[in-house]
Amino acid sequence: MKTESTLEKVLASGNFAVTSECGPPRGALPDKVREKGNYLKGVVDAVNVTDNQTAMVRMSSLAASVLLKQDGLDPLLQMVTRDRNRLAMQADIIGAYSLGINTMLCLSGDHTQFGDHPMAANVHDIDSIQLIQMVKTMRDEGKFQGGADIKGPPKMFIGAAANPFADPFELRVMRLAKKIAAGADFIQTQCIFNIEKFEKWMEGVRARGLHRKCYILAGVTPMKSVGAARYMKNKVPGMDVPAELVERMGAVPKEKQPEEGVNICIEIIERLKKIEGVAGIHIMAIDWEEKVKEIVERAGLFPRPQV
Amino acid sequence: MITAERKPLEELIEFVRPFKRILLVGCNECVTVCAAGGRKEVGLLASGLKMALLQNGQDIEIREHTLERQCDPEYIDELLPMMDGVEAVMSMACGCGVQEIARRYKDRPVFPAVNTKFMGASERQGEWSERCQGCGNCLLGITGGICPIARCSKRLMNGPCGGSVTGKCEISRDVDCAWQLIWDRLKALGLEEQYLNIIPAKDWRSAGGGGPRKIIREDLAE
Repeated sequence: MKTESTLEKVLASGNFAVTSECGPPRGALPDKVREKGNYLKGVVDAVNVTDNQTAMVRMSSLAASVLLKQDGLDPLLQMVTRDRNRLAMQADIIGAYSLGINTMLCLSGDHTQFGDHPMAANVHDIDSIQLIQMVKTMRDEGKFQGGADIKGPPKMFIGAAANPFADPFELRVMRLAKKIAAGADFIQTQCIFNIEKFEKWMEGVRARGLHRKCYILAGVTPMKSVGAARYMKNKVPGMDVPAELVERMGAVPKEKQPEEGVNICIEIIERLKKIEGVAGIHIMAIDWEEKVKEIVERAGLFPRPQV
Repeated sequence: MITAERKPLEELIEFVRPFKRILLVGCNECVTVCAAGGRKEVGLLASGLKMALLQNGQDIEIREHTLERQCDPEYIDELLPMMDGVEAVMSMACGCGVQEIARRYKDRPVFPAVNTKFMGASERQGEWSERCQGCGNCLLGITGGICPIARCSKRLMNGPCGGSVTGKCEISRDVDCAWQLIWDRLKALGLEEQYLNIIPAKDWRSAGGGGPRKIIREDLAE
């Protein structure tokens, strides 16, 4: 074991892992974090805490992670390279680890253009792969990116993201290989709706033996409505929602659509569980944390293993 | 080349309104090529300013001159005979030219007539795109001749983000995904596996992180 991370223990013990996420509030509302955390407690192995997601200012991932930790959850600190340079990121990594956070996800982050501060500078001192490298060097060599020794290195279980649905498709497996070579211990993917395409990507992953070098958690999202399905299909770059799923959502009355969205999500999980090399799922129920328990239960993944 | 765009006339009018006699200086280099501040644009702007001020009953004398290069002190000296009675100078060169004039003629205000944009190349008549950010340590030899620093919206050095769709960047359908272009080039060259090499975190000192940059060539210094 590289770390004390619960997620690492679950994965290393061969259990099918379940993670979910909590988007911090846009204000000093600690109770909102606790309320979301309460829905996920005991339901998942780690809770991703987003870092200014969609380039909108929110309570910091670190602060919200600490709030969840205080309530007995296992936070998974997300960190984007958009907002901070390498000094600030390393400081936060040490700070997070000092406060009991031992699992993180390294991302480049949505472009500022998508958020409410499009006039802000995009930092991008380093990219997501260089961030992975930096966290690994801090953990395994006890060295800062600049080369100096760290007294008390942070032992982070290192995650990265992968989007099998973005272009160029043929590069996507190699990009994963690069993230693993940089030091990623686990991967969480973009939401999967197009299973055929995901299976094709996984074939490429297995052909390079990458599923043996890294745990792959397949991302899923329950759709709340046909409107949400259409939005993801048409408006979110790098999302692949097949037309028949949008039609299926639209074919049921509005009040039944949330239930249909959850049904689809569970069907997708059932198929993902059968794919060789998928080590777990990551449920992104955006502002719908109260549904996660039902999904985990109905997918036969409850209770979670005690490791 | 360095690209520039002329500032809106209203902004320039406010600069010159307090003066009776100004010198408007163009540059025969990059800003001429991108049609922002060459001889022709100097003429157009001079008449535009005069007309706009005349409508408010204000008469202004505008002397016009276009230098071979405004970023070179020896050419800047050429302006001296024209400075007599001139209360202010307006430069149509890039920021380098504006600053050279300010350095040489310390007792007169200097105003920029253009916004200096980026180092770019011409896509077609009337369209220029950014190509280089002058990072001081060129990566083009390992990125297929396409710069991810200047041309990826997130400055990613190790591949495309999850927002690359059908060759376009997530920020706009009008922007090519730099990593799609790099990948296409690597494929064309049979260098696909080269993509797997991790480009390590960059030392930004050469890009300006180490303070204002300078080149000293002892072999050329007098």
